[in-house]
Amino acid sequence: MSEASAPGWARRLLRNRAVVIGGSVFLLLVLIALFADVLAPYNPTRLYPGERLRPPGARNLLGTDEFGRDIASLVLHGARVSLLVGAVTMVLTSAGGVVIGLIAGYYRRLDLVIMRVMDGLMAFPAILLAIALMAVRGPGVWNVIVSLSVVYLPRTAMLIRSTALSVRELDYVLAAQALGRGGLAIAFRHILPNCIGPLLVQATFIFAYAVLAEAILGFLGVGVPPYVPSWGNVIASGKNVIREAFWVSAFPGLALTLTGLSLNLLGDGLRDTLDPRLRRE
Amino acid sequence: MIAVTTYLLRRLFALVPVMLVVVTIVFLLIHLIPGDPVAVILGPEANAQQIEDARRELGLDRPLHAQLVRFYARLLRGDLGRSYFLDRPVTQALWERAEPTLVLMFSGLFVAVLIGVPSGIAAGAYQGSAWDRLLMMLALLGVCVPGFWLSLNFIYLFSVRLGWLPVAGYASIFQDPVAAARYMLLPAVSLGFSQSALIARIARSCMIEVLRQDYIRTARAKGLAERSVIYLHAFRNALVPVVTVIGITMAILIGGAVVTEIVFNIPGLGRLIISAILRRDYPVVQGVVLITAAAYMLINLLVDVVYAFIDPRIRYV
Repeated sequence: MSEASAPGWARRLLRNRAVVIGGSVFLLLVLIALFADVLAPYNPTRLYPGERLRPPGARNLLGTDEFGRDIASLVLHGARVSLLVGAVTMVLTSAGGVVIGLIAGYYRRLDLVIMRVMDGLMAFPAILLAIALMAVRGPGVWNVIVSLSVVYLPRTAMLIRSTALSVRELDYVLAAQALGRGGLAIAFRHILPNCIGPLLVQATFIFAYAVLAEAILGFLGVGVPPYVPSWGNVIASGKNVIREAFWVSAFPGLALTLTGLSLNLLGDGLRDTLDPRLRRE
Repeated sequence: MIAVTTYLLRRLFALVPVMLVVVTIVFLLIHLIPGDPVAVILGPEANAQQIEDARRELGLDRPLHAQLVRFYARLLRGDLGRSYFLDRPVTQALWERAEPTLVLMFSGLFVAVLIGVPSGIAAGAYQGSAWDRLLMMLALLGVCVPGFWLSLNFIYLFSVRLGWLPVAGYASIFQDPVAAARYMLLPAVSLGFSQSALIARIARSCMIEVLRQDYIRTARAKGLAERSVIYLHAFRNALVPVVTVIGITMAILIGGAVVTEIVFNIPGLGRLIISAILRRDYPVVQGVVLITAAAYMLINLLVDVVYAFIDPRIRYV
């Protein structure tokens, strides 16, 4: 990519309203997660038994839960777990998907085996496979990340493979082969750059799936341990007190929805901007 | 007819390798348990003799490939093992819990189609209108609002505040249809709503695609009212790809149903797998995962077949 073309795609991105709105909200959420310590008025894990189930008010902006924990502080700190799980899952699925997808797309002999395994993984309903993996590994942030990466990796791998397959017969790849370039060099130097656009779009959506799935696992009691402030865990504890305190589950759920919304907007906008077939100049 | 049969057989045959991989993954799950699975299953009180006995009983003392072969062989006989906790075969436990999950899935699907198809078709027919933009904004929201959280909000509004519907629970439609409907309404709507968003988005783009075709221009050119162009000519053809999405939706609903069951205390497969996890009842976990994966694959197969049937352009080759 030449120097002159760089501002071109940047300008196109900034002209897309979905990218700008989604991106800004997401950036704000990242900042909240980074500065949760400073922003949170209370320690989210400390229990204040005398303050249980206070409605939203001056002292506790978003109220307190059944243990007297401040909901606002829990929501702010919950952003950390959600975004950490989303980001690391996104990186792992992208890296793994690129390697597996390129190998499958370039080495036809391995393709058959790799794709059968990917088909097998895709044959499970996503959340059930994640639940099953969590069942055997036990609660924990790292286990959530690994489980979700296993669940979502095949999608990226298949995407990269199909792009690689469509590019590998093009003249410039054949030319590189004729010049004696090795298989791996061709795959990474000549085929991979064609996959960047679709990969970025896919990665954004996987980020969104992972944030949601982490919350679902937490809600079901098989995600991060209950003492870790995560949106799913707080919503789960809100379920028990829904009759007397709707705010316990309401606010973390809103945060979760907002995160999903920002990532979906960003993903939709990126797809419209980066997919040359959809581009309207 | 021969072509259809060959096509079906070929598709079923193509499922065999995928199913083998699925079974292998389910089999390997138990080997992912950190440390000695038997020690984990039996808990800290177990002595060495008990652990040794349990290992032999579960076949964990044999080489891995032998265990896998035995697992396949048992599956072919329809044997998913015995639940450690429920004291009955896993297949029986699954069978007992299947009804609520199936009822929930189909009610959710019904809601999703009921909301999704008309709003998508309407949005697509009047592309760019305020109506279209409003519906698509709602659809985006529907995709982003987590179903389990929506369920909680419904419970708060319709059960706790307004007192119209029960908070949670389940009644069999075969025993008390009225109570069953009252219990099922909120779960079905919360499960169906987010899926309706997906259906609406696809239905909209199919409608837009169809309205660009030549035969629609012909219909308009010969002076047909816009209403009959949309409802008589475009609608039917826009529905063809939507059928695929409805199938995909149904497959996704399996996962959603599991989560919804937990919110509404519905005694289906979702509650079964979560309680099995908490009791370390691994054969039940394996059974639920296996049965849902099998259902998922069969639904996807069914969708392709239905699609091929209703779209004459697809040949069985």
